[in-house]
Amino acid sequence: MSDIGAARAEVSQVPTTTGGMPEAEAPEQRERSASLWADARRQLMRSPVFLIASGYILIVISMALLPFLWTRKDPRACDVVFARQGPSAEHWFGTSIVGCDYYAHAIYGARTSLIIAVCATAGVTLLGGVLGMVAGFYGGWVDTIISRVIDIFLALPFLLGAIVFLTVIKIRNVLTVTIVIVVLAWPVIARIMRGSVLASKHLDYVQAAKALGATNTRLMFKHIMPNAVAPVVVYATILLGTFVAAEATLTFLGVGLQAPAVTWGVMITQHEALFLQHPGLLLFPAGLLFGTVLSFILMGDALRDALDPRLR
Amino acid sequence: MATELSASAATEMTVEAFGGVPGADASAPPLEVADLQVEFRTRAGVAHAVNGVSFHLDAGETLAILGESGCGKSVTAQAIMGILDSPPGFVTGGEVRYRGVDLLKLPENKRREVRANQIAMIFQDALSALNPVFTVGFQLAELFRVHRGTSRRDGLQRAVELLDMVRIPAAAQRVRDYPHQFSGGMRQRVMIAMALALDPEVLIADEPTTALDVTVQAQIMSLLAELQRERNMSMILITHDMGVVADVADRIAVMYAGRVVEEALVHDIYARPSHPYTKALLESVPRLDQKGNQLSVIKGLPPNLTAIPPGCPFHPRCRYVQDNCRQPPVPPRYDVAHRHISACHYWPEVRGDE
Amino acid sequence: MGRYVIRRLLQFVPTVLGTMFLLHYLTSVGIQFSANPVRALFGERAPSEQLLQNVAERVGLGDPCLERKGDPCLGLFADRLEGIFLHFDFGVNLRMRPVTELMADALPYTLRLVLIAIVFEGVVGIIAGVLAALRNGGFVDYLVKTSTVAVIAVPSFVLGFVIREFVGVRFGNVLRGSGLPDWVATGLFSPGFKPDYPWATLVIPGMVLGAVSLAATARLTRTSLLENIRSDYVRTAKAKGLGQKRVIGVHALRNSLIPVVTFLGVDLGNLMGGAVITETIFNVPGLGRLVVGAARSGEATVVIGVVTFLVLVYMLASLLVDLLYAVLDPRIRYE
Repeated sequence: MSDIGAARAEVSQVPTTTGGMPEAEAPEQRERSASLWADARRQLMRSPVFLIASGYILIVISMALLPFLWTRKDPRACDVVFARQGPSAEHWFGTSIVGCDYYAHAIYGARTSLIIAVCATAGVTLLGGVLGMVAGFYGGWVDTIISRVIDIFLALPFLLGAIVFLTVIKIRNVLTVTIVIVVLAWPVIARIMRGSVLASKHLDYVQAAKALGATNTRLMFKHIMPNAVAPVVVYATILLGTFVAAEATLTFLGVGLQAPAVTWGVMITQHEALFLQHPGLLLFPAGLLFGTVLSFILMGDALRDALDPRLR
Repeated sequence: MATELSASAATEMTVEAFGGVPGADASAPPLEVADLQVEFRTRAGVAHAVNGVSFHLDAGETLAILGESGCGKSVTAQAIMGILDSPPGFVTGGEVRYRGVDLLKLPENKRREVRANQIAMIFQDALSALNPVFTVGFQLAELFRVHRGTSRRDGLQRAVELLDMVRIPAAAQRVRDYPHQFSGGMRQRVMIAMALALDPEVLIADEPTTALDVTVQAQIMSLLAELQRERNMSMILITHDMGVVADVADRIAVMYAGRVVEEALVHDIYARPSHPYTKALLESVPRLDQKGNQLSVIKGLPPNLTAIPPGCPFHPRCRYVQDNCRQPPVPPRYDVAHRHISACHYWPEVRGDE
Repeated sequence: MGRYVIRRLLQFVPTVLGTMFLLHYLTSVGIQFSANPVRALFGERAPSEQLLQNVAERVGLGDPCLERKGDPCLGLFADRLEGIFLHFDFGVNLRMRPVTELMADALPYTLRLVLIAIVFEGVVGIIAGVLAALRNGGFVDYLVKTSTVAVIAVPSFVLGFVIREFVGVRFGNVLRGSGLPDWVATGLFSPGFKPDYPWATLVIPGMVLGAVSLAATARLTRTSLLENIRSDYVRTAKAKGLGQKRVIGVHALRNSLIPVVTFLGVDLGNLMGGAVITETIFNVPGLGRLVVGAARSGEATVVIGVVTFLVLVYMLASLLVDLLYAVLDPRIRYE
């Protein structure tokens, strides 16, 4: 992964969950469901950091889904005559280098950034999750082959691979960027899922289910997965933030989406040179980007703390 | 012989012999615990792990502390050693006296000298209790290098001698091996060697054989017994396994919810248990002559240590319970017989029942 | 230990081949689905097929398999491998200059940059992590936890850019007026690389490059040390009457640093990716800027060649880290 990606890998300190059987509390106390997920949900609802972070994300999602709630202006209604104006009543954050309403740009920019991040994360989680689960569960030569493939992909640093691929393919749209991210990042989730499944496979309750005659698919999906999936959920949350930043980084390097696409990355890249005279033009989209990435990381951290049975 | 020396010389000898612990009194018992209280301050509340534990240990004798998980026996041991995780654990009352000196009031550097030199401890899982990245020889020699200023080569030599003492074959080669290269039983012997390296007076063994299988268990226990005899060392054996206790201990203290509920000589406890909990424990041991009958269990669960029931902590599960058991105060230590105490208001009834 | 080394080496070879093939396949498929990069040389003009073919062959993109979508181009792959491993040939750019020449010019700068980044990230990261763990819950701990999250959340190109402007330009201008020695004012606080001060002007870019990794290292050290402090063997060490300094400094630390050291090795790959950004921002004439420049101008062969080289270097470094791991953790040696 890119520097951001691997940094986030260590930030998240992905836990391997063990056990997770619902336990009855001492009879004198009220019976609360003490399963891993119920407990986690309770803890998350009480964490101010998690609530603020998810609040921010909800705001950004609303910007993406319902931009008209936030602005009536069209980000593409640009007139160079009005370029580089400071904030005013007409344009809340001024105008861009080509005279577009900056605020509208930022609102609509959320959409593209989030679409790429969400689709990429979904793809990575699906592809990586399935392959990791298969590798961990079946073991043997299936595991050997998949693990070798994972090693091969992980030897290619994310940014370098993305640059190479996007250079030769020359078409830069949402689809190609998303595909590049999925192709290069799925091994990370696969490895986590595989490790998690391996840890869960030998737990007593799985062996018990097996002894009771559960089929392989049932074992995988009903018994192993609810437990093994916890570290994956944590990491996927953090990946959402990573991919938002990655997309902007690719734009900056010239291999991602370029103008006239409306994304935060484009906004930042286009207005770099004006930083000292009009710092707001850089800081506004950068701040939105930073806030989004930070929120996803904090949510992932909070999820990890909530799902780690050792910290209870 | 002490009377032939001058008073000051005798004091010096005493101080020397007892590791420089000031005020140590050779005539006092090697270990005395008086009304020890330990609590754990957690997010879920304050857990009262140890609530007034008292016992004493004489030279050369073995005291077994018996109880379920969570009864506070390990915490007591750690408090005696001074290695409680603090926070969240705090010693909030009582005294731990080594030869008359209250260890809890000693400054940390003096307390540290007592550890391993006078009072040593071995733990349950030798694999996780030994540092995986250092050789066994290093970890043994360390004791001599740090406490006695021995050189590295001499330390290693002493390490080999120690491994010999605990009957590890090919000690001179194995001293260079890492903990994971030993079998479970061998690792426990290494732990014993480490604990006995500096010739302590008291050994606390926290479930030393729980993680081992039965044949190895027997070997380890007999090794411990032999070493103890050679050195006239006192031992506290913490366990939940009553089978192990019968052979090895001189006295037993049964703990429940952070308290000693019964204490007696070994044979007396098995012959005439005088506390409902002890009695129930003994009855729950499966016996061949009861084949075909239902196993007897103790109903209910041990109390949540943040909310210990008032009065006698065992009352929710006790079959002799009466109304006054449910009210404070906690039952005191009644004298039942010679060197036999029980913390039950109705001990005569319990003791009389057969 | 010997068996472990041999096993690692045996695993290394197919992995290298696999990654080389992955790169090769990605680029071949990319070319198959869009135009041959050689076309870009001609700009607006439409060259004849023959001319196109000639030029393509000379730069190594002439294989007809590149016309067929999905063809794994094994022949081309074999040629490339032969070129790399037997002749140390990483291709040519569109003007027929060997990529190895371009790389040789650029390599020293990247090496210096990465070296500074690793030292910075390792030293400061580990110290910060240890302090935060030892004063768990205290101010230092809180500071480390929040600042590391903030640094990781900021995309590095934004971070680099802001630092360049504020430290290099603004602050630098202030310093350049005052009487400080030249190597500080013009060297250390320069907004970009200057050949007069080949090391000084790389200090700040190196720190920017290492910033995100430093945050991760600090967090990892902190978590690792906290975990180890609560472990059973630390309790045994305390029971042995060892002092706090020895218990933590010798016993706990030695175990805690194992994952950190391996992370530093894996991180090299991230540093390579990050170098691309940092060199672009600070105008360092290294391999990163070479790649970005080539990408912008459509010089696919250069991009492919340089990235192939970097990946080989990274894999070699990973192998060395794996072997180092066995030295540090005796449990691995006897697997």
